[in-house]
Parts: sequence; structure tokens; C-alpha cells
Amino acid sequence: MVDKVLTANRLADGISVWLNAAGAWTESLQDAFVARHAEAVTALEAAGKQAFADNKVVDVNVIEIEEVDGVLRPLRLRERIRAEGPSIDYAAGYKGLHAEQTA
Amino acid sequence: MYRYDEFDHAFVSARVAQFRDQVERRLSGALAEDAFKPLRLMNGVYLQLHAYMLRVAIPYGTLSSRQMRMLAHIARKYDRGYGHFTTRQNIQYNWPRLSDTPAILDELASVEMHALQTSGNCIRNVTADHFAGAAADEVADPRPYAEILRQWSSVHPEFSFLPRKFKIAVTGAERDRAAIQVHDIGLHLKKNAAGDLGFAVYVGGGQGRTPLVAKKIRDFLPEEDLLSYTTAIMRVYNLHGRRDNKYKARIKILVHETGIEELTRQVEAEFVHLKDTELKLPDADVQAIAAYFAPPDLTERPEGWASLAAWKKADPEFARWVQQNVNPHKHPDYGSVTISLKPIGGIPGDATDVQMEAVADIAEEYAFDEIRVSHEQNLVLPHVALADLEAVYRALVAQGLATANAGLITDIIACPGLDYCALANARSITVAQDISNRFGSAERQAEIGELKIKISGCINACGHHHVGHIGLLGVEKKGAELYQITLGGSADENTSIGEIIGRGFEPEKVTDAVETIVDTYLGLRLSQDETFLDAYRRVGPQPFKDALYGNAQAAA
Repeated sequence: MVDKVLTANRLADGISVWLNAAGAWTESLQDAFVARHAEAVTALEAAGKQAFADNKVVDVNVIEIEEVDGVLRPLRLRERIRAEGPSIDYAAGYKGLHAEQTA
Repeated sequence: MYRYDEFDHAFVSARVAQFRDQVERRLSGALAEDAFKPLRLMNGVYLQLHAYMLRVAIPYGTLSSRQMRMLAHIARKYDRGYGHFTTRQNIQYNWPRLSDTPAILDELASVEMHALQTSGNCIRNVTADHFAGAAADEVADPRPYAEILRQWSSVHPEFSFLPRKFKIAVTGAERDRAAIQVHDIGLHLKKNAAGDLGFAVYVGGGQGRTPLVAKKIRDFLPEEDLLSYTTAIMRVYNLHGRRDNKYKARIKILVHETGIEELTRQVEAEFVHLKDTELKLPDADVQAIAAYFAPPDLTERPEGWASLAAWKKADPEFARWVQQNVNPHKHPDYGSVTISLKPIGGIPGDATDVQMEAVADIAEEYAFDEIRVSHEQNLVLPHVALADLEAVYRALVAQGLATANAGLITDIIACPGLDYCALANARSITVAQDISNRFGSAERQAEIGELKIKISGCINACGHHHVGHIGLLGVEKKGAELYQITLGGSADENTSIGEIIGRGFEPEKVTDAVETIVDTYLGLRLSQDETFLDAYRRVGPQPFKDALYGNAQAAA
């Protein structure tokens, strides 16, 4: 079975997030909980439905990933770009989301 | 420029208050996503790959400095310090929080702007020639009519839930700079033999997965019938447009399936009922709207001629910029300046908050406080005295905004593509950057001459690839990006849809393919005066196929 993780966009700010092992939504794919068997995928899907129903996230999807040298990598380019951000140097001078939040 | 009256202010404020309530209820959980999604879309809020996206309407691409400063402020305060100007003359912000959108809309309303009807199956922002009111070849300013259409179409009760979105473009010159033949309705403002104003009316153009050139259904519609005739078209579309299949729901499909003769008959039959109703435009109303668009007081500035000649002689870079980025103006002492948002290797259409502020300052000081957004994703200062061109140029250079490439191979239209867009299958911006870097030399661009490359990251064709002289369509094949090339498209008064040239190219090979096409053109053109498009129309696709795929695969 292909490994899978659960991803969505946070309701209030739309930022891409992934579900971690503690059941929280993290902004880093690398912190995501990886489902490696069917029961785990079912649990992910249930968690996604619940989080959507609870109005925490929107656009919830289970996506396929692989683990290469300990690094999680989505199989589809679309999901890699979602995880890593735009592949372009898009905002000269922008310090990143974290800097913005702690400023 | 048009100024909001009391009704406009009250209407926009009420809509912001309504949306604020909807957002609050969504965030509290009182409103579910399925119910909220159409409401947010009606207010220009999309959800993209990384975040929400807010699309702000810039009616017919016209802005004041005050409005541009507000766009900069929003970029700085609520986004990541930049915005993206689009092929529909709007601006998009890529990172707004949903929770901030009511505050953003409040700020926009304070400068008479909003995000209404920038999404949904309604009549979208009416677009117009970006040189409107300024171009030397213009018969009349199309913007008063675009504004009349905007007012008429805003929350029009009958046309807010159409089978699909609906786009109208207006031009007032023979040279079509508004791509009217690839719009649902294209209006060409002109004068008849008696000197009266009216419109040639085109219907059923569009790009997307079924690109079609619009058909002309009226050669001259009197000015007073603008709204009644447009209403007649909308009614026929609203009644007969297909609602069973999203991909066949645009009016272009209705026109195609019905046939232009029958569709015209239906429109004319409807028009008979509407012609002498309250939709007839009173001349006084037209004049009242037109007064908002009265040209600025362009004083004689003949000293600019001698100064310009001297500056050009002293600075070849400046001369190149004037040659490429300054368009002839109605007034001989003035020109219209294209501010390129296509720096070599940059992101087409992006501008930082600092750049937007700078453009606002320059427009205020030198350009009668007026700015335009072009559908080619550049900015325009429509009225600049030749005597001020050097100062404007220096100010633009300081902000990285003086790239002398308007209409050249690096003046590329590109949609956001897979770097942002939830619908995209492939990246567009990265391809545009690669091509821009490859052809970045000013000398090489000048040698190639006019050549329009347009790139879309999916079949929806926001990057107008169908009408690119060279069009690139990104697709996903076996999990990887692949770029299909079309040649011979054009969005001017001789609109044509590009032809697919053969099998697609991988991202690392597509720039080489473009270079092969360009080199082939340079090798076969009759003279430097024969543009790429003219040469393609003369020789057809075969020489390009041969060059790209070799003779053996030429039939591919």
C-alpha cells in the first residue's frame, strides 16, 4: 500500500495543514502522521470528516506520499508544491509566515 | 474617472456588512462550508492551494493613485507584500486570511472599490482597451459604456445565476487591444457614416477547453440600444444556455450548437420587445456618465519634442524604452506609457507594495492621477507629456519597472499555474521565467520583434494560450508536467485560435522548443518587418513542425 497522510486548509486563514499523530493540524508535512495500512487510512478519513464538521478545516484530502531518506514526499507535484510553497521566489523581502506571526 | 454616488456607497457598504456577518457565522460554525462557499465566491474569495485568494475588481482596468495606494496597503497589511495583476484587469492577493477579508473589503470600499462579481456565474468585471481615452487611433472612449454595463450588471436580479460566468469587453478603436473576439460579448465602439456612435456586437467568443472566436451579430447597434440589446442576448443565453453540463454552459457553446443565424434571430426577436422600454439609454444619462471620463486638461507641452530627441540620443536604454513602451496619444505632446510588470526572469503581473506606491506617486506627479491595468498584465500611465518621459523613466528604473519589452517575446502572459492555483495541472510562472531569461537580451528581443507568448497551467486558459502567437498549455501526464505548444493564435482585430503543433515538451525542454520556433521564424521571414504572426500565417505550421520534430515526425 502507498503511504498516505491527511491534508486540508485551515478554515480561518486557509493555510495548508497536515494532521499529526497527536490529532493536531501542523503546517509542516514532515510532522504529519503517516498511514501505512488500510485501518490507519480509515482513521485518517474519519478524522478529516470530523475536523471538517467541526469547522476547523476545509478541502480535506488523503494524499499519497513516499518516504525518502526519512523525508516525506507527496507523489503528486501539486501536493509537493502545497507542502513546500510556491516554487518561485514570489515575494521579495517577505520573511515567511512564522516571522509574520511572531513579529 | 467614475466616482461613487450615494447609492453606490450605500450598496457597497451594505454588501461588506452582509459579508462580515457571513464570515463571522462561518468562523463560529453557524454556517457550514457548503452554504458559505457560494457566498464567499460572490465576494471574490477563493480557496487556492496554499491559502485563500481574494480577487479585487478594477472596473475596465482604471485606477486612481489613491486606489493604487490602497492596493499597496492591503498587500502590506493583509498579505505578503505583493499582488498579482490579472488578464481580466483585476488584482489578486494570494495569502489573505478569511478572517481579515471583511476588513479588507471595508478598506477597499473607502476608495470606491470592491470584489463583487469577480467570481460566480454572473456578469464579471467589464474590461476595456487599456489605452482608452488616450490612444491616437481611438474613435471614442469605451469606458463610459463599460461603466454603464457595470452599473446595469451589478447584482442584476435576472443575471446573477446564469448557466456560467459571462465576460464582456469593449474597445473604441479599430486596433483591438481588449481581445473582444474571445469574450462572451465583444463590443466595438465605432461611428457610422452619419457620425453617430454605436457598436459592432460580437457574441460567443471564449477560450477554455473549447476555444471559439466570437461571431459578429450586429455591424452597427445604435448607442441608445446598448442595454436593451445586451439584455436580449443575456435572455436568450439565460433561457437556452446549457445547465446540464458545466463544460458546455458558456454562451459560445450555445452559439455554436444553435448556429449564428438562428441565435441572431432569437436575439433580434427578444430585442423587439425591449427596444423601446426603460432600457433605452437616454442621451443625458450617457453624457452624465461620459463626463466622469472627460480627458484631463492636457496643456500644450511642445518643448517635449526637442527634449525627447536629446534624451534619446544621450541614452540608448531610454530610447529603447520609449520606442517599445510609449504608445501614440491623441495629443501630439503626450504619450501613453506601459509600465512592464515583466522584468527579465520575473513573475508576470506581480508587483510589490513598494512598486505599487511608486506607480501611484508617479501617476500623481506626471500622469494626471490615472493608472490602467492591461489584460496583458502590465500597468499603463495613459497620459504622460513627452516632456516628462525622462523623469517618469528614471522613477520607474529606480523601482525595477522600466523593462523595455512591451509586446516583445519577454512580455509574457502567464496564469498563476500550479504554484498557486487549485485547478492547475502544471506550472506557468516558472516556464515564463525560463523563456524570459533565455530571450532576455534587449538586442535579441529587438531582432525578433513583436511576438506574444501566452502560458496557461490548465485547459481553463486563464493565461490566454489559445491566442498566443506562441501558446503554451501545461498538462499533467503520468504525474509530470508537459507543455503543449500552439502557434498562430492572436487576440487582436484579426483574432485566431492557435493550432496545436505536435506532441508536448517536458519542462526542461520547452524553452528549447520555443527557441527552435523562434529561430525557424528568423530563418524564414521575408524581412525584419514580417512579424512572427504574419510569417506563420504565410507559411503555416509545417516548417515549425519540421524544425521541432524532424521531417520523419512532421505529421505528428
